[in-house]
Amino acid sequence: MNKTKWFAALSLFAAHGWAYADAISGEVTKQPLNIPAIVMFFLFVGFTLGITVWASKKNKSTKDYYTAGGGISGFQNGLAIAGDYMSAASFLGISAMVFSNGYDGLIYSTGFLVGWPIVLFLIAERLRNLGKFTFSDVAAYRLQQTPVRLFAASGSILVVIFYLIAQMVGAGKLIQLLFGMDYIYAVVLVGFLMVCYVLFGGMLATTWVQIIKAVMLLSGASFMAFVILKNAGFSPETMFRQAVDIHEKGVDILGPGSLVQNPIDALSLGLALMFGTAGLPHILMRFFTVPDAKEARKSVFVATGFIGYFYLLTFVIGFGAIIFVTKDNPHFFTQMVKEGKTVFEMIGGTNMAAIHLSEALGGNLFLGFISAVAFATILAVVAGLALSGASAVSHDIYSSVIRKGKATQHEEMRVSKATTLALGVLAVLFGVMFEKQNVAFMVGLAFSIAASANFPILMLSMFWKGLTTRGAVVGGFTGLILAVGLIVLGPTVWVKVLGHEHAIFPYANPAIFSIPAAFIISWLVSVLDKSARGKEDKAGFESQYVRSMTGIGASQASDH
Amino acid sequence: MDQQTLRNILHHREFQKMARQKALLGWGFSAVIFFMYVVYIWIIGSSPELLKIPVSPEGITTWGIYAGIFVIVFSFITTGIYVKIANGKFDKMTQDVVQAVQENHHE
Repeated sequence: MNKTKWFAALSLFAAHGWAYADAISGEVTKQPLNIPAIVMFFLFVGFTLGITVWASKKNKSTKDYYTAGGGISGFQNGLAIAGDYMSAASFLGISAMVFSNGYDGLIYSTGFLVGWPIVLFLIAERLRNLGKFTFSDVAAYRLQQTPVRLFAASGSILVVIFYLIAQMVGAGKLIQLLFGMDYIYAVVLVGFLMVCYVLFGGMLATTWVQIIKAVMLLSGASFMAFVILKNAGFSPETMFRQAVDIHEKGVDILGPGSLVQNPIDALSLGLALMFGTAGLPHILMRFFTVPDAKEARKSVFVATGFIGYFYLLTFVIGFGAIIFVTKDNPHFFTQMVKEGKTVFEMIGGTNMAAIHLSEALGGNLFLGFISAVAFATILAVVAGLALSGASAVSHDIYSSVIRKGKATQHEEMRVSKATTLALGVLAVLFGVMFEKQNVAFMVGLAFSIAASANFPILMLSMFWKGLTTRGAVVGGFTGLILAVGLIVLGPTVWVKVLGHEHAIFPYANPAIFSIPAAFIISWLVSVLDKSARGKEDKAGFESQYVRSMTGIGASQASDH
Repeated sequence: MDQQTLRNILHHREFQKMARQKALLGWGFSAVIFFMYVVYIWIIGSSPELLKIPVSPEGITTWGIYAGIFVIVFSFITTGIYVKIANGKFDKMTQDVVQAVQENHHE
């Protein structure tokens, strides 16, 4: 866009724009190289690398490496869970959705949140009492190790890879825009830092990266919400009025819009979000970092509080973006002529709404802070993912399946570190491969697999005496294959990515079919399973049950 | 854990009582959250116009906004209640049983 057009856009909307001039304080010249952001980013990276060096000295055993020695307190773990869960996608994505459609963003937020009470009521304490490093420890507790671990590790690795691709592509684009850095360098930088944290610092460094990020994100978002509400005289009603006056959809933004088309799709999405949370391997892994079930429960309470608070903030931030990130400001929007019509496009796409808002609210310095926060957010999430993927390969596949539990700690750690390195390379390669693709569906895919494969088998293994090895593996793979297959055949991939005319499977989200299918097939196959192994599987339930309820044997088990 | 300890705990009346109460609370709360959320989502999917009605005739803040915030706040409150009961009463009951069983065992 040339200077004359900038000027034209400016003068056209000047009258409207100056109304908010006091809020858009200070120098807001957007530079290709954002100096405050880079300074703050280096501060963050330097500090977290310092923590990594400190953590690397404390990491002696596999237990230290995978679970920070089990010495994280409930409150710290709650913050780390929040840091692990509040991805850049939820910060930028949900506020962007509120910016474009208003209310619809809240539908996602509630879905992401209601999984947490379920994790607490049904999963957290049993998981802590039964498991050691990965959720496969729990799924395979009384079942035959090899097949169940192979299944659980496949579920984990697929979730990790899809989630990782979405994060890498998002990170590349974000950093490209924020720091004026080339996409490829941005992706390599994220991959490199992720490997550093995980390779040297293990779970201890990852936990602290997540805690620091959670504090930064929560304080930044709180400040933004505070300024927005202050501007509205601390009356949400006034804030909604301001937004409705500006938004082209008017009063419609205060109710459900186009996100949800029919009850089946709505419910299916809701179920995937709700139960997917309870099957995400990198989240489940966090419960092994606390000393006992008491702290595990406490950490979910803390995490639910922070995550819920954060989603309320993103809702306010989205409305703030409607009010402050207006089309007349050339810092935020470019004006162009498409098919004879004048259209405005947000610089960097609508996902940048929260970032532009930070500039409007707090000037260049705050923009730098929020940019650094967005970057830290991505690093914290990918580090958790990499650690979880590495543990699935080294602990489940290498140590339990290939070496039948005979691998030494040293050998297991070596495999884990090699996997981390491989995941770093893979993440960069995927990042480059998928640069031009729309990868938004991959987060949905990760949640669907977690909800349809990991969650049902974890639940049945903990709560149903009758589950056998055969039932778990057949049912689990049914859920996994259905989740992936139906998403590919559905509108998100078949139509939007592959470009076919009509979807073979009509719903965007398969969870409403694939979750029950996994439960029913597991049940059916287990009931019909008359094998000797099946009897052994059932006989093991009583001692598993007592341990899951009392924690007897749990602390000893994690010491060897 | 040896078989004897296992049996003793499993058949201890206090343990059974605790397990029953914990199951009731855990599954009960899960059901409450699940149905609350399903009802919310079902209304969004089937009759979204209900959620577009303003709460007060002069205002514009809708029932939908209150409903969404309620889902978030209610989820948080129930986790708080559960943690209070499980970390307090249930853990105490469990410890008492484990202690009693282990003392018997040593005699």
